[in-house]
Amino acid sequence: MTIQTGESEGLQPAKAVFYNDPKVRAVFWQIVAVLGVVGVFWFLIHNTMANLDRQNIASGFSFLNLEAGFAIGEGMIPYTAADPYWHAIIVGLLNTIKVAVVGIVFATIIGSVVGIMRLSPNWLVARLATVYIETLRNVPLLLQLFFWYAMIVEVLPRAKEAYGPFLGVYLSNRGFNLPLPDTWSYLGLGAGILIALVTVIWLYRRNKKIHDETGEIKNTLGPGMLIFAVAMLLGWLAGGAPTTLDSPEFKGFSFKGGAEVTAEFLALWLGLTLYTASFIAEIVRSGILAVSKGQWEAAGSLGLSRTQILRFIVLPQSLRVIIPPTTSQYLNLTKNSSLAVAIGYPDIVGITNTTINQSGQAIEGIAIIMAVYLSLSLSISLFMNWYNNKIALVER
Amino acid sequence: MTDTTNKEDWVSPPKTEVGVIGWMRKNLFSNWFNSVLTLIALYLILTTVPGIIEWALINSVWGDKSPEVCREAQGACWSFIYEKYRFILFGVYPYDEHWRPLCAMIIFLTLIFGSCIKPLWKLGWWIAVTWAVGLVMVGVLMWGGIFGLTYVNQSQWGGLPLTLFLATFGTVFAFPLGIFLALGRRSRMPAIRSLSITYIELIRGVPLISILFMASVMFPLFLPEGVSIDKLLRAQVGIILFGAAYGAEIIRAGLQAIPRGQYEAADAMGLSYWQSMGKIILPQALRITIPPMVNGFIGGFKDTSLVVIIGLFDLLMTSRVAFQDINWRPFFVEGYLFCAAIYFCFCFFMSRYSQWLEKDLAKGQNH
Amino acid sequence: MKALKVLGMAVGAAMLASPAFAGSTLDEVMDRGAVRCGVSGSLAGFSIPDSKGVMQGLDADVCRAVAAAVLGDANAVEFVPLSAQQRFTALQSGEVDVLSRNTTWTLTRDTALGLNFTNVTFYDGQGFMVPTSLGVSTAAELDGAAICVQTGTTTEKNLTDYFRATGMSFDPVVFEGFEESVTAFVNGRCDVYTTDASGLASIRVSNVENPDDYMILPDIISKEPLGPVTRNDDDEWFDVVKWTVNALLNAEEMGISSANVDDMLSSDDPSIQRLLGVSPGMGEAMKINEEWAYNAIKQVGNYSEIFERHVGADTPLGFERGVNALWTDGGLMYAPPIR
Repeated sequence: MTIQTGESEGLQPAKAVFYNDPKVRAVFWQIVAVLGVVGVFWFLIHNTMANLDRQNIASGFSFLNLEAGFAIGEGMIPYTAADPYWHAIIVGLLNTIKVAVVGIVFATIIGSVVGIMRLSPNWLVARLATVYIETLRNVPLLLQLFFWYAMIVEVLPRAKEAYGPFLGVYLSNRGFNLPLPDTWSYLGLGAGILIALVTVIWLYRRNKKIHDETGEIKNTLGPGMLIFAVAMLLGWLAGGAPTTLDSPEFKGFSFKGGAEVTAEFLALWLGLTLYTASFIAEIVRSGILAVSKGQWEAAGSLGLSRTQILRFIVLPQSLRVIIPPTTSQYLNLTKNSSLAVAIGYPDIVGITNTTINQSGQAIEGIAIIMAVYLSLSLSISLFMNWYNNKIALVER
Repeated sequence: MTDTTNKEDWVSPPKTEVGVIGWMRKNLFSNWFNSVLTLIALYLILTTVPGIIEWALINSVWGDKSPEVCREAQGACWSFIYEKYRFILFGVYPYDEHWRPLCAMIIFLTLIFGSCIKPLWKLGWWIAVTWAVGLVMVGVLMWGGIFGLTYVNQSQWGGLPLTLFLATFGTVFAFPLGIFLALGRRSRMPAIRSLSITYIELIRGVPLISILFMASVMFPLFLPEGVSIDKLLRAQVGIILFGAAYGAEIIRAGLQAIPRGQYEAADAMGLSYWQSMGKIILPQALRITIPPMVNGFIGGFKDTSLVVIIGLFDLLMTSRVAFQDINWRPFFVEGYLFCAAIYFCFCFFMSRYSQWLEKDLAKGQNH
Repeated sequence: MKALKVLGMAVGAAMLASPAFAGSTLDEVMDRGAVRCGVSGSLAGFSIPDSKGVMQGLDADVCRAVAAAVLGDANAVEFVPLSAQQRFTALQSGEVDVLSRNTTWTLTRDTALGLNFTNVTFYDGQGFMVPTSLGVSTAAELDGAAICVQTGTTTEKNLTDYFRATGMSFDPVVFEGFEESVTAFVNGRCDVYTTDASGLASIRVSNVENPDDYMILPDIISKEPLGPVTRNDDDEWFDVVKWTVNALLNAEEMGISSANVDDMLSSDDPSIQRLLGVSPGMGEAMKINEEWAYNAIKQVGNYSEIFERHVGADTPLGFERGVNALWTDGGLMYAPPIR
């Protein structure tokens, strides 16, 4: 039987009809999808414009220049009710960033500690950590926030009968009132702390370099503390040895002077931190467990103590497993800070909400909220991705 | 060398190594640091736990007592729960018809727990039929209007049935939408890929609260004049859209875990895109994604508490309204604890289940 | 597989989305057979459920009067409790037909928010409430105080305006919910509570343990005309609500009450005949039945009956008619004639 092979040079793949060609179909479906989405959007926007027009609701962002007319409970920059809406929104944004940053820092610290506790060979400590994690993870955050706020407002005493002064700090159901140093006179102290910080960081890097090159462990903690103490003393003396503090005093209706950490901020920070810490604890735990047992055994056979093993061997390797889920927890914390509106902390969502109520411009307001949170999420993601890449395994 | 074959020569281990004392030495007091920790932990427990037990159990007031009795007792006032539990659980649903949301909740829970039992998965798409029938029964019970049941408008639904309703429907509808988004994100067609990525990143980057605000405030503006959508439906759509974005990421992780060989083999067999997805890839991917999806359901269950802010009477809201009553106002702790206990039971058991499921599913894998 | 679920739920979705009515609120209400009334639900004297769950109060009765006028049944009302933040969006979105929720009539609300105020059912003013132990007797002594206020209200703005005008400063404690704000005040989180004077009286009566521990300062810092609100571009419904309230005021002026309205049917006074529908034309002009005013007065009462029943001298709130009396008695209530 002869096999026909003669035509192989001239063979072309069978040309399909154009509507069966995958490339054509891909283009077709994409056009359909885009048209569909555009159509839906056109429908929505058309309806919105018609409804806004019909109900005589204003639109556009010019309302941001109008006078706000409402007061804000706390903020990081000066604000009065005569300031425009955009100023109020900036105050809210700064409040959100403040609670997010403080929350992230403390949640990480508490979460790591609890995560390591969970793995402790001490049975009691491990069980306590488990109770903490399971209780806080399975109850909604909003409920926890309400609970903390109710506890603070109803259980702590009134301002007139505040607990304290303990080192000058008062605790009442309005929050903490702390003494603040008188700004200018403590400048020298501040300068001293700054110089000490720079010196200690330089010392730490130098010691690490020596350790990497020669294996000699040089202590940073002792000399570091000494440097701090000396620098602070010198700075304080250089500033004229001031001793005055701007202390809070109960005058008239409430505390005057000093700084205040309001009950709302306290409740929000407590709720957010403890909740997110429970998730971070689980992540840290799974990260440490992800490091293979061989590492523990090898380090143990080298004679390292458990703390040393954790610090030098296991944690650096587990960071690679820990960072990505922790990033999403940081993002969650930032987004969860929007629940502040329920307990009266003036964050960006709360203030924009009031703006919407007063000006009637819901769409612009919600667009502002979404833009703010998108930028915050992107910044945190970018930073964490940079850190993640920095500690990634260098593979050959 | 001692001959240890003779039982009389055997020596028992030192007393400090076995039994309770041995266990304590090993686990609680192995070195000085641990001992200090144990002592601190014991101190913490001894100062707080007896106080809590005294408050919650010994000095507490149970049963049908008045608020004055509660105020005099130093302990917890569980009479508050006894008085208000029906309101907390069912909201403003007509008092005499409470059996209807109760039955609806039982059907819900049966459906959910039934779907969790692995041997029942063999039933395949009969599960979907059971769900459809169950959900229709739930609808009939809650709305009424036929079979002689009085009509109850959804603005009167509240409490635990509402929370379950929002969470279950949210997850059930977010799942298929999430599959489409995940497939779209992995698609080779650039337009569809960008649309999916934009949607997913946009929705994941903003808090659920802003989506709920958008749903309750802006949806009415999006609709032509005369059409109005109920507030419950608006909140439900917001929750679905939010859940779909997160579900898409979970499913995408599952799709990425399927070895490329599967895709290529499906192509080699001449299966079209949808055939290979439907018959080969998705069944494997979805099996992997079930534990994270269960976690997503738990998260969604907790997130339904946010509808408090747009004025729907879910479990958290009814608990709060219950102790706004001037007579019972001091007992907010009991109210929050009751509400937290309900959430905790549900979420804790679901999370235990998902951990068990993860281990169980991993048994069949080779890696 | 999913198709069945989707199909089954299309039924549910169809039941939740109300069909598109091309008509106005009046047609919708008549078709539905009930008036959806946005109320506060937690303000004694204006709208608060009693122990049987039935909504009581001045605002609630205004809605009942509208229902009686349009549908003939004062009980054909669905009350929707709304917070101060949600009330306007609920009305704008169609969730409620009318907002009867102690809402102040202001220019921005009437214009930029797309709403219309029908009449004033209660002339009020903003005041302050303090614990008696604070030892303050006028608002001028409140410099530096912590003040609890609810967000989304005219109260917030008036407060800042007042303190700016008098050169004083204060510490705002802003709340989303009414109950939280009162709880914080009662617990001393803030020194002063501010809202409309009628609201202060109602809180003092029903939200605190001992009313004698609190006093309302004599200063009234703003005008707060409270009344029902409807949507823009909805003239028929707007007219119905407005003229129902006017009918209640006119009834008081003419001496018609729920007790004697049946006897008044046989009166010879042409204005009474027009009001009660004996001489037809008024109801038809508004596209509703001719017994609209008769039903409203018979089933709910005239304005003075409503006032005295919920906020009058014999109630715990104990308000005098004051500025809310008829113009013939020296007050501000002047209803246009029904003709």
